[in-house]
Amino acid sequence: MVQKLETLIESASQTAGPYVHIGLMPTYAGNAGYYDEEIGTTPFLDESKAKGEIVEIVGSVFDGTGWAMRDALIESWQCDAGGVFPGDKGADPAFTGHCRFAADAESGEFTLRTVKPGSYKGRGGVESAPHISLWVVARGINIGLNTRIYFEDEDNANDPLLNRIEQRPRVNTLIAKKTGDGKYRFDIRLQGEGETVFLDI
Amino acid sequence: MTLIPRTRSFQPPAHAPGYKSTVARSPSRALISGPATATEQTGPVFGHEVLGEHDNNLILNYTGQPAIGERIIVHGRVLDEFARPISGALVEVWQANAGGRYRHKKDNYLAPLDPNFGGCGRTITGEDGSYEFLTVRPGAYPWPNGGNDWRPMHIHFSLFGASFGQRLISQMYFEGDPLIARCPIVNTIPDQAAIDRLIAPLDMTRALPLDCLAYKFDIVLRGSRQTMFENRMEGL
Repeated sequence: MVQKLETLIESASQTAGPYVHIGLMPTYAGNAGYYDEEIGTTPFLDESKAKGEIVEIVGSVFDGTGWAMRDALIESWQCDAGGVFPGDKGADPAFTGHCRFAADAESGEFTLRTVKPGSYKGRGGVESAPHISLWVVARGINIGLNTRIYFEDEDNANDPLLNRIEQRPRVNTLIAKKTGDGKYRFDIRLQGEGETVFLDI
Repeated sequence: MTLIPRTRSFQPPAHAPGYKSTVARSPSRALISGPATATEQTGPVFGHEVLGEHDNNLILNYTGQPAIGERIIVHGRVLDEFARPISGALVEVWQANAGGRYRHKKDNYLAPLDPNFGGCGRTITGEDGSYEFLTVRPGAYPWPNGGNDWRPMHIHFSLFGASFGQRLISQMYFEGDPLIARCPIVNTIPDQAAIDRLIAPLDMTRALPLDCLAYKFDIVLRGSRQTMFENRMEGL
């Protein structure tokens, strides 16, 4: 017998199911007013004071048949315009960095209104390209899917995560396309042609 | 600090055809892995100021009048893989009522709504990682998967640890429920011991005599270790 490792094992994930919104987005589920304050309805504490460019990212989550899902819940997490994460020293006090959003029941489209993140230096002093981390849960998704939004009007050439992707055309699935001033489109394809890159980080 | 990578062999795979909805909602390509970055190793912080007085009391938090059902306390601790308590963790729960009906506009199961039960709650763990809720035990309910599939009684849990990379949603099941072994969603988990860790035992030590029973449910999130040796340049 070898020595015993005294560690625990992460609890197993289970799908968020079809009614995830009642717990995490009560207003969206038709239960407005459940909590005095819902969490993550916007990443701003005070949008008028937030530093940086305000952007709107519109998109859909498509399943393997090409259908825009209506029951996914998405969370975003990002640094502020200066590349500092909320909670760290020097972070923008008007910005929380975290948002919860879901597709509109009619159009199947979500909108994330946030600040365009800055870049930060990571491992080995390498600078990452500006990105927003996304976490997607829904009925039929057993464990939350992680991905990232990058921006087509930024220099993404030296980003360490993007450079881990061997098949270069797949990098495009992580890059939001500019559709107007401060407006971007980012579609998530769970499966099949143009399948979005998902991460295990 | 560096996040410990997930041990995927204890986690359900994306594609699990016994649970039909996964068939069109599972990526067919392998996940891209890499060392955790600041993006995963930081996360939102929630203070007690967001919580209302009855946010962790589902029996009272909808109308103030008591919900109908089996009164239970659900309590436990949030730990990391090194068994360190995670304090300040936001724990959010949602569930059906005692008859298995959700207060959601898309749930049209024939069991009635309880006018005094909303079905969601939230709390923040204490210094020792502990949390508790007061609620009613949810009923089992049918769902359109196989011809006659029923979900076991369960409470959905959503966890924020100290970082976005620890984000986890799971479900708590109840000791002794014969529907657990038959459930296609439970059985997406490939390891029986990992399933067992989602089943809350009856805890008579926390039951309140002549008031309510209790169940204990501990949750383990990914751990992080100190960064000791990290001399390699990115890409080597």
